[in-house]
Amino acid sequence: MNSTYFIELFLGGLTRGSIYALIALGYTMVYGIIQLINFAHGEIYMIGAFTALIVSGALAFTGLDPVLIFLIAAVVAVVWSASYGITMEKIAYKPLRKAPRLSALISAIGMSMFLQNYVLLAQTSDFQPFPELIPDLAFLDPVSNIMNTTQFIILVTTAVVMILFTLLIRYTRIGKAMRATAQDKIMAQLVGINVNRVIMFTFLIGSSTAAIGGVLISSHVGQINFYIGFIAGIKAFVAAVLGGIGSIPGAVLGSFVLGLTESFGTGYISSDYEDVFAFAFLIIILIFRPSGLLGKPTKKKV
Amino acid sequence: MKKFTVIFLVAAVLVSFAFLSGCSKDSGTIKIGVAGAHSGDLASYGIPSVKAAELVVEDWNANGGVLGKQIELVVEDDVCKPEVATNTAAKLVGEEVVAVIGHICSGATKAALGIYKDSDIICISPSATNPPLTQSGDYPNFYRTIAPDDAQARLEVDFATQTLGFKKLAVLHDKGDYGKGLAEFAKAMIESDGVAEIVLYEGITVGAVDYSAVLNKVKNSGAEAIIYGGYHPEASKLVGQMRKKGMDTVFISDDGVKDDTFIKVAGEYAEGVYATGPMDTSSNTLTMAANKAHQDKYGEDPGAFFLNAYAATTAILNAIEKAGSTDYDALTKALQSEYVDTTLGSISFDNKGDAIGVGFSVFQVQNGVYVEIQ
Amino acid sequence: MSDTAKNGLSRYITAKDVKRSAIMAVWFMFLTFPIMVIKVNTVTDTVEWRWFNMLIIGVASFILSHVWKLMIDRREGRMADAVSSSVIVEKKTLRDRMEEKPMIKKVGSLVILVIAVLFPIVTGMYQTSIMITALLYVVLALGLNIIVGLGGLLVLGYIVFYGVGAYTYALLNYHFGLNFWLALPLGGIFAMIIGILIAIPVLRLRGDYLAIVTLAFGEIFRIVMENWNGLSFGPSGIANIPRPTLFGLDFSIQQSTTLTYYVIVIFVIITIFIVRRLEDSRLGRAWVAMREDEIAGEAMGIDMWKTKLAAFALSTFWAGVAGVIFAGKTTFINPASFTMWESILVLCMVVLGGMGSIPGVISGALIITLLPEYLRAFSELRMLIFGAVLVLVMVFKPEGMIPAIRQKYEFKGITGNKNKGDK
Repeated sequence: MNSTYFIELFLGGLTRGSIYALIALGYTMVYGIIQLINFAHGEIYMIGAFTALIVSGALAFTGLDPVLIFLIAAVVAVVWSASYGITMEKIAYKPLRKAPRLSALISAIGMSMFLQNYVLLAQTSDFQPFPELIPDLAFLDPVSNIMNTTQFIILVTTAVVMILFTLLIRYTRIGKAMRATAQDKIMAQLVGINVNRVIMFTFLIGSSTAAIGGVLISSHVGQINFYIGFIAGIKAFVAAVLGGIGSIPGAVLGSFVLGLTESFGTGYISSDYEDVFAFAFLIIILIFRPSGLLGKPTKKKV
Repeated sequence: MKKFTVIFLVAAVLVSFAFLSGCSKDSGTIKIGVAGAHSGDLASYGIPSVKAAELVVEDWNANGGVLGKQIELVVEDDVCKPEVATNTAAKLVGEEVVAVIGHICSGATKAALGIYKDSDIICISPSATNPPLTQSGDYPNFYRTIAPDDAQARLEVDFATQTLGFKKLAVLHDKGDYGKGLAEFAKAMIESDGVAEIVLYEGITVGAVDYSAVLNKVKNSGAEAIIYGGYHPEASKLVGQMRKKGMDTVFISDDGVKDDTFIKVAGEYAEGVYATGPMDTSSNTLTMAANKAHQDKYGEDPGAFFLNAYAATTAILNAIEKAGSTDYDALTKALQSEYVDTTLGSISFDNKGDAIGVGFSVFQVQNGVYVEIQ
Repeated sequence: MSDTAKNGLSRYITAKDVKRSAIMAVWFMFLTFPIMVIKVNTVTDTVEWRWFNMLIIGVASFILSHVWKLMIDRREGRMADAVSSSVIVEKKTLRDRMEEKPMIKKVGSLVILVIAVLFPIVTGMYQTSIMITALLYVVLALGLNIIVGLGGLLVLGYIVFYGVGAYTYALLNYHFGLNFWLALPLGGIFAMIIGILIAIPVLRLRGDYLAIVTLAFGEIFRIVMENWNGLSFGPSGIANIPRPTLFGLDFSIQQSTTLTYYVIVIFVIITIFIVRRLEDSRLGRAWVAMREDEIAGEAMGIDMWKTKLAAFALSTFWAGVAGVIFAGKTTFINPASFTMWESILVLCMVVLGGMGSIPGVISGALIITLLPEYLRAFSELRMLIFGAVLVLVMVFKPEGMIPAIRQKYEFKGITGNKNKGDK
């Protein structure tokens, strides 16, 4: 086996895993707090990508530095995606807090279809090229055959986001409130936590990281359409479950494991069965560890 | 609760719908069906056909229609799904169309053809390229104005191995019925020719987040060229990522990629990509007129399979006129014996239903446009 | 009607409402600004500004936010009603009246049956063909209802078994010339075997883990069918599957479509009958126990493993049978018909209609399959409307359109028998 090939596949897997991780965070956080599989989460990622595309297209005339345009586009994408996330929660999930869990799931599926078709109608179904705004980094030249600039940026950004995220969850007031709410909603309310605000904040953060993922992947792949969110969302969901849904480190680990499985499976066996590797791996893990890699075993209530 | 009220309501609404749409019979016109994907993700392949048929029919109607009657189009959407296509076909049969332009996708076409066959309705597809449609002999009522996949694969393989002289080829496909079918023909031909070697044969996953793993594999296999079977969205992602990785592997693909959208999306990376597609007839006067009519009416250039659908509509109307009736046997005879001037040149049909006179050529993207090179 | 509800209806619009709606309108204009207003073309570097869209959004959300508020208020009112009135007054619903006068139910069922029988005669082949598709989904939804609605297990890969049924008929016919009628039970049995094989390893998973594992199996099935040409002929699929006929006669398409229609109608009736019987059986009650509380059920001596397996086996059998009919109807199958999306759709039917409720599930299936078909006039908007309808129905009727009523078993003294109270 040649080692460059191995490294290429490894980095490819990490890149993929990073994107999955950015989306999976939102899935797992929402699940942790309101036990809802937020099917429409992938659409938030797609909307993030589209917002960035639109903003950078509209700013192209100003003659600003491409890197600056990219940063502005990314920030705007995050703001808007977060707004979509909050609005979605208000309309489709909040009225269903006390309803059967499956109703909320169907509401999420409906929301997903709605958002997909909304973007389809407003922006057509065609794939649209995402402008290349990030110049090649000079210091990557020697290794450009194994890692290109966008890959590098994806890896670095994901690492930074993950660190910030961990700090947020661990040390801030709202982070503590989120953890408390995830553990026991009623107790959290009793100690004076505004649960509605925590849920809103969860959607805000989850949507923001998904938007970052959307912006990064579209600058990496170079094109987007209204449908990119669905498949990415399903994959991220698989990753979240693989790691143990509700567990934040689990989602990250699950995403990287999934990304690497797909990459090595394709590289050393066959891409015909790329998704089969991912799904088969998931099934095997769940058979032996029914709560995922890092999930806490569900306690049997008696 | 009101369960029975609801069921009653549902049933009542259904029945009234059924009656409403069941009683629209009018024999003052000659009806032609247009079926294909008019919504959903493959809509961009189906809508140009509708526009083409509309333009032809407007033209004929302005000149007095056919057999002294006006022509009426019945446009139905099948979303490219076989299960929907059978309903679409049933609807068209119910509307008493004499012929159908469509369907767009091979799978949907196969599902619908049985219904047309039973009702003696001629079906001319502008885009269903699956070889068994004509070659199996199961569908005597089927015709198409596009060359089948095997002819296209032959051209791609010859071009890669003989014109370009490559020895190591990677064959990729999108696992769809069109892409994989084409890739399999290409694979079989390369193997039986024995000139070149297939170093990689893989299906890629449509909609995957990125394709770096499979491209690494291509690179590692040492392939000089990729023959790709599939549509343009995946192709532009593959080409873009490949070039960004600094790979200069030649990319050869099919008429699913020979679409201006591909160049638009892939941008500078599209440069140098080869694609096979229907022979360039844009200097043909009929073709220029058709393109201009589209420009005038919609203010943009026509989309995929526009010319094929234009030719198909012309061919069937011509056959009706030559046959002097809408009788199935007479139409069959007229289609198979008469040559007709269309946007694809002068064409007729062989007894299997493939068009005679419609050929494929190889195109290359040069300075942002497809240029015919062979 | 309670006071709250009355207030919600007749209340005049206050300045506060207007202000709130204005804020909503501004918020939605902000929210939809990039996607609705700006359309960039990155190739020619042109930007189109569609300010008119913003105006529409503003006005629409101003009005809709009023409606929304009104509906939410009414819903809260209704909920409050339900809490207060459940003890004091029982409203007489049609369902109750039906209990008192079984005639209504009998006449109703008869009318529906007559409509069903006359349908293909009165309407054309197109309507019959659509109706077959709709009824196929009715069978699928009723089948899935056994696992999801009665058993409370979330399954997202149900379409696999539909696919197994369809492929069973297609392949057995292709290789051995097996006819439709023999394939019908075989498809069901085959799907059931696959269902049991899948169920055995995954039954110990709970809730959403089960959902994702079945989703994974669904995708694996589709991908294997796409790749394994030797078995399934890959994505180009299997064509020329014969339509059902009778006694070896040559049927026209019209005739065999009608025949298929009656076959599926009979299957719907059998399905309803069996599911109804099952609901009240020992097994049905075990399922409900499993849905409500697995541990308590186990403590009561129910073998959960067997109960789950039975739910899977029965449910997948129906999907297999439906698959055979599907293959016979379309005459062509390929893996693209068995995507995850279809599984999700069937689940939507079950939940939208009302989990565990047979009339609910049937209405759900009919509405979801027929709505898009009849919404063709709005072809572009139909999926948008469909998504919105799903959200709205769930928000305003979270239990589904026709919720299942809980069985009540009452003990009426020593002399009386154990009566089934309300049904």
